[in-house]
Amino acid sequence: MADQVIYAMYDDDDVLKDGAKKLVAKGVKVEEVFSPFPIHGIDPIIGVEQTRLGIFAFIYGLIGLTLATIGMRYFMIVDWPMNIGGKPSFSYLENILSFIPISFEFTVLCAAHGMAITYLIANRTLPGMKAQNPDPRTTDDRFVMELRASQNKQFTAEELEALVKETGIVELEQKTI
Amino acid sequence: MEFKVADKAKKFTLALIIVGVLFTAIGIFMNVGDHHFTQKFLTNGLINSFFFFGIGLGALFYLALAYATESGWYAQIKRIIEAVAGFVPYGIGAMILILGVITVMDGAHIYTWMDPEVVAHDEIIQAKSFYLDKIFFWIRTFAYLAVYGIFWMGFRKRSLEEDKVGGTDIHFKNYKKGALFLVFFAVFSSTSSWDWLMSIDVHWFSTLFGWYTFAGIWVSAMVVMVMLTLYLKKLGYLPKVNDSHIHDLGKWTFAISFLWSYLWFSQYMLIWYANIGEEVTYYIMRIENFKALYFGMFLINFAFPMLMLMSREAKRHAGILTFVGLIILIGHWLDVYIMVSAGSMGANAHIGFLEVGMAVLFAGVFIRVILMNLTKAPLTPVNHPFLDESLHHEI
Repeated sequence: MADQVIYAMYDDDDVLKDGAKKLVAKGVKVEEVFSPFPIHGIDPIIGVEQTRLGIFAFIYGLIGLTLATIGMRYFMIVDWPMNIGGKPSFSYLENILSFIPISFEFTVLCAAHGMAITYLIANRTLPGMKAQNPDPRTTDDRFVMELRASQNKQFTAEELEALVKETGIVELEQKTI
Repeated sequence: MEFKVADKAKKFTLALIIVGVLFTAIGIFMNVGDHHFTQKFLTNGLINSFFFFGIGLGALFYLALAYATESGWYAQIKRIIEAVAGFVPYGIGAMILILGVITVMDGAHIYTWMDPEVVAHDEIIQAKSFYLDKIFFWIRTFAYLAVYGIFWMGFRKRSLEEDKVGGTDIHFKNYKKGALFLVFFAVFSSTSSWDWLMSIDVHWFSTLFGWYTFAGIWVSAMVVMVMLTLYLKKLGYLPKVNDSHIHDLGKWTFAISFLWSYLWFSQYMLIWYANIGEEVTYYIMRIENFKALYFGMFLINFAFPMLMLMSREAKRHAGILTFVGLIILIGHWLDVYIMVSAGSMGANAHIGFLEVGMAVLFAGVFIRVILMNLTKAPLTPVNHPFLDESLHHEI
């Protein structure tokens, strides 16, 4: 589906933030902002949803805890019980203290790796993936705001362009994707 | 904005004090004729003096930490930290009083190493007699308390001065003094807990004990500061303290609860695993006499903050924070209670009117003091250099 996209470029994050505020106040929907660093306070302005990464982290942590428990119980109790420090491994529960550090480590390991991989997939930034930002300068010192015509049907392309131009941009680019 | 202690708060603290005195009186009456009574009374005095002094000290440490790291976000709640830290002078008084009485009574069966008769028949204490000596003990105690007191007075004086003169000179001075305090505190928080608490179980020692005690007072101080902030916000003070400040305080509570649990567990697991006779006595005594209370206290202090404060919304929710805060504050009081009374009273210790009464009495005085401290200065610092940064704090 062909869509008209406007990329408005700024050279200051505060100008972009003020511009986004003005545009949103006029009913414009800002699709995305590209920036070399996190801009504090931009999320609520352009209406980015609260991240669900935390929920994923919790789930990955639980998976890690479960795997560690199953694994250790099999290795240390079922398959090859050993007597370590006068504490024979006959029961998981009675020896649970010695298993807690590993449970903890494995929970953290799974949560951290799962979260990192999920983050990279969600942002489409796994190694080898095509870059999502419209202009390489947004990784250096420029800030780009992306507006889509399909999300702003109440304005014509010219009106939208005029509104964006009032907000202190340094460059404007139109694209059809 | 000037703070006035509300009539409700005055009545509440007065009620706490009256109930405390009443319960203590009942407790004393019930224990008349019990030859353990003096020991029991002083044990409770030590528990509560240390617990509430520790809360003030935790807040003082937190203030020094904010100075040394040049934190910006906390500027809006600085006076709350100061109000809690303002209990330090009162706590110093309580500690000197209770330790003084115990010393005069040759340890009162709490510090058995102060009793020459016990020492004469105990080779383990004799080997430690260079360190566990009454005079050296008091030299150390005075050194700790003097350092804490002097730093507190300096911090407070400069904080009030900053309100008048502004500029950044005071800020940089605070930065240096804060860092210096942390150096002293790093050593003294460990050694003072050995002297005041660990020496009760005189045959036993643990190098982790200092950190474990320190984490306990830090998290107690954290929850008191969270609850005080929420209380003031509810009354309509502190309009500039936003969700993010509360969220940060909630995160600290969450994190320090983990630190405490981690240290508790580290100490417990290492001793359990090694199973060396002279080390396990500490836990055997606690498990035999306080099994439910001891493990219950650990579960509460660990599981409550972990499960309830895990989500972002919970850390911003006044009701949840207050609920968890109250529960773990009681949990950490129990921690100190078992730390002290299991060593000094052993099987004779149990929670009755006297224990509850004295704790409530101390709590009443404590709350009154920190509320009074709040009235003595504007609730928001006037010229703190990071005031604006803190105003726009957002996470």
